Amino acid sequence: MRIFDPHIHMTSRTTDDYERMAAAGVRALVEPAFWLGQPRTSVASFTDYFDSLVGWEPFRAGQFGIRHHATIALNPKEANDPRCAGVLDVLPRYLEKDGVVAVGEIGYDSMTPEEDHAFAAQLALAIEHELPALVHTPHRDKARGTERTIKVVAESGIDPGRVVVDHLNEVTVAAVKDSGSWAGFSIYPDTKMSPPRMVEILKQFGTERVLVNSAADWGKSDPLLTRETADLMLASGFSEDDVDLVFWRNPVAFYGQSGKLDLGDNEPGALFEGNSILRGGS
Amino acid sequence: MKPDELRAALDRAAVDWVDEAVRQVSADPGAIARLFPRAARACGRAPIAGGWSADEAARALLLAALPADRVAAEADRLYRYGDASEKRAVLRALPLLPVGEAGVPLLHDAIRTNDTRLVGAALGTYAAHLDAATWRQAVLKCVFMGLPLSIVDRLDERADEELRVMLAGLAEERAAAGRPMAADATGLLNRLAGTALRKEA
Repeated sequence: MRIFDPHIHMTSRTTDDYERMAAAGVRALVEPAFWLGQPRTSVASFTDYFDSLVGWEPFRAGQFGIRHHATIALNPKEANDPRCAGVLDVLPRYLEKDGVVAVGEIGYDSMTPEEDHAFAAQLALAIEHELPALVHTPHRDKARGTERTIKVVAESGIDPGRVVVDHLNEVTVAAVKDSGSWAGFSIYPDTKMSPPRMVEILKQFGTERVLVNSAADWGKSDPLLTRETADLMLASGFSEDDVDLVFWRNPVAFYGQSGKLDLGDNEPGALFEGNSILRGGS
Repeated sequence: MKPDELRAALDRAAVDWVDEAVRQVSADPGAIARLFPRAARACGRAPIAGGWSADEAARALLLAALPADRVAAEADRLYRYGDASEKRAVLRALPLLPVGEAGVPLLHDAIRTNDTRLVGAALGTYAAHLDAATWRQAVLKCVFMGLPLSIVDRLDERADEELRVMLAGLAEERAAAGRPMAADATGLLNRLAGTALRKEA
């Protein structure tokens, strides 16, 4: 089984997790930029974080044969802090990086005017840099937040097929699928979505335009929940081809719209860029 | 390799892209901020010649096209905002650029990382500008990280008694722990020990 985790915050995981993920079949992942638990107070904290998403994390992942890509953005929560507003000005440099395959996570946290501004500005950046967009939906007031998200996406002019609206549940999935955007689901041990609930949604709404991720952030989370959900799909009557569609071909199709997805030879165990050192000989 | 040799080693499509990009940078040096990260997508990442890859060569040619009075500042900024491949390209291009010693802080940054791609690229010919203490630490770091010492420019010429003492200490620790030391590091240690013996004799 090959797994592409389309949304996982590896910054908050140990190197042992990379090893366990590789053993479970994870061969590629996308790490979205988000907040880090502790609020940041300056633009420089963000640029150091972005640097790690296009530098250190891909290197760490590569040691286990996992291809690492990132999405870059000013997240909605910190968009409310005026000290962080300057992050919007440094984004164009990062959106041009080879490993950056979408603008994200953008969207709403508390649905403030500051969030409106950052969301619209970053959808415009996605269009300008020809990138898809990864949109977070709020924890609080989720249903109305999702409706508003769909409206803002429509107003921006971006092709809804280049947008994934994430952290959906039974209540919010239908509107997103009807809007033409991709439906994202974050599987957590207790909260947003569980493997059994996910399998029921896949039965009801099908396996097309669906991205299933483990998110695996600083909270109580598990980077192997993609594999657990895939196993449960098989046990529930889905075919291996269905699982491959949801956990590999769908994320490849979605992020492939960036034109920058590089899955290499995708052989677990291969040394990422290690060859470029060995062949370098300089 | 010199810039014209790097250009000659690129394939036709890459040369066309680089020539156009160099024209843009010559007309407007600020254009390099957008062109530099795009070079790998445009030219590929295949090995070409002399240990260079196509993207590194293309990026070096863009840097070489900058006006002499701007190249140090732009190289610094491109490194600062570069992903690991861009940083590596800046490091490899340093010996080709009229920057004097201005690139030394970039080497220090690269050597502080634990990314083998960057540490390795910091020990090319431009490392001649590194002071002896920093250079010895970097060589020892290569041994720790499992990098082949063949990437270190002028290794035997610069290796000195102090580096011999450091390597001997590592060899002793490794022996005590029952862990091996890389053959090339042991080889260097033996060569340095031989030199020391000859000096005593």
